[in-house]
Amino acid sequence: MATPFVYILFLMLLPFGIPNLLLYLIAFLTGLTLDAFYDTLGVNAAACVALAFVRISFISITLNRDGFDEPEPTLGNMGFKWFILYAILCVFSHHLVLFFLETFRLSELSYTLLRCFLSGIFTLFTLILIEFIFYNRKAR
Amino acid sequence: MRNLWIFINRYNAFFLFIIFFIFGIVLTVRNNAYQQSAAVNSTNEVVGDVYQNLNVLKKYLNLGPVNDSLAAENAKLKTELLMLKRIDSAKKITVKDSLGNQQYTYLSARVIKNSITLRNNIITINKGVADGIATGMPVISPGVGVVGYIRDVSEHLANIQSLLHKETKISVSLKKNNALGSLVWGTNNFDYRKAFVKDIPNHFKVNIKDTVVTSGYSSFPPGIPVGSIINTGVAAGDNSMAIEIRLFNDFSTLQYVYVILDKYAAEQKELASKVPNEQ
Repeated sequence: MATPFVYILFLMLLPFGIPNLLLYLIAFLTGLTLDAFYDTLGVNAAACVALAFVRISFISITLNRDGFDEPEPTLGNMGFKWFILYAILCVFSHHLVLFFLETFRLSELSYTLLRCFLSGIFTLFTLILIEFIFYNRKAR
Repeated sequence: MRNLWIFINRYNAFFLFIIFFIFGIVLTVRNNAYQQSAAVNSTNEVVGDVYQNLNVLKKYLNLGPVNDSLAAENAKLKTELLMLKRIDSAKKITVKDSLGNQQYTYLSARVIKNSITLRNNIITINKGVADGIATGMPVISPGVGVVGYIRDVSEHLANIQSLLHKETKISVSLKKNNALGSLVWGTNNFDYRKAFVKDIPNHFKVNIKDTVVTSGYSSFPPGIPVGSIINTGVAAGDNSMAIEIRLFNDFSTLQYVYVILDKYAAEQKELASKVPNEQ
């Protein structure tokens, strides 16, 4: 019922300066790679593209585009509050697209949403855990 | 154009998202059996719905012709049913006479050939020896009226010597006083709706609209209404009246008849044969 998709951390932590096209390409290819193994061609790719869109939007809204102080949007660099919001948005946008494309029908709406929510919590928890581990290591 | 480029460039994130996302969904639908079937199914549902609605409309518009054809089919089937009924009803209708012992059995038969225009008319029915019919049996109409006698019998068919025949003579009586006479046809007219009662003695009082019934002396059961008197008169040089009656049954529309099987017919015949013929 609840499956964590930790790989999206890779997309979330790509550097700020990455061009949009490249970001989308990377997201798409990452998703496609996942799909190749999950045997769900296109599902993860679309989800990752959605995540990339949310990432770009969120960053452009919350941060000054010209002056990125930090190279990457990590927990250590951006602070807990910002990162939590960022992670929640990314994770849930990704999971929504992923599960709805996987189910591909609206009749199981509540079940799909429940799966999405539980997996999202799981993923979020794992992501933050990982971030804290690296945060601690990188602590200056 | 430049503005467009600027616009697209400015919101490139969104456009790129749209492009990649659509690509992803297309991949999903095209390459995954389940999503494909689901997509196709939903498409089919939509298409099916449209067709169904169209069909409802078409049905409504075609209601008139459909009704007509149904009515025609109904009529045809009903006719067939009726025919089958006539053919298949070998069932005998038993009538117990109130006198107790005498018993008549009615056998329904369908008229398959009839004529009313000749001097001697013969009716053919679809029952024969196989159904228990024998020569000489009386035949009546379903409602009221006599038809004639069985004349020839084959395995499955029989000829009736109709009342409208030179040689047919049926013993009848007036219902009100049992005055005995005999019913004949075609003495002076050949109207299939009329017949004559002969041999009723002059002293009986006969009125117009009196009912004539079978007497029971010929093989017909007694009391079957035959017709009503429409004209009376004294035949010249005779001591009996010439009574013209209107027959109750219509020979022109005869559809089916009852052949009457008399349990004691053979006995009666045997007895009658012992009486020396005086004529």
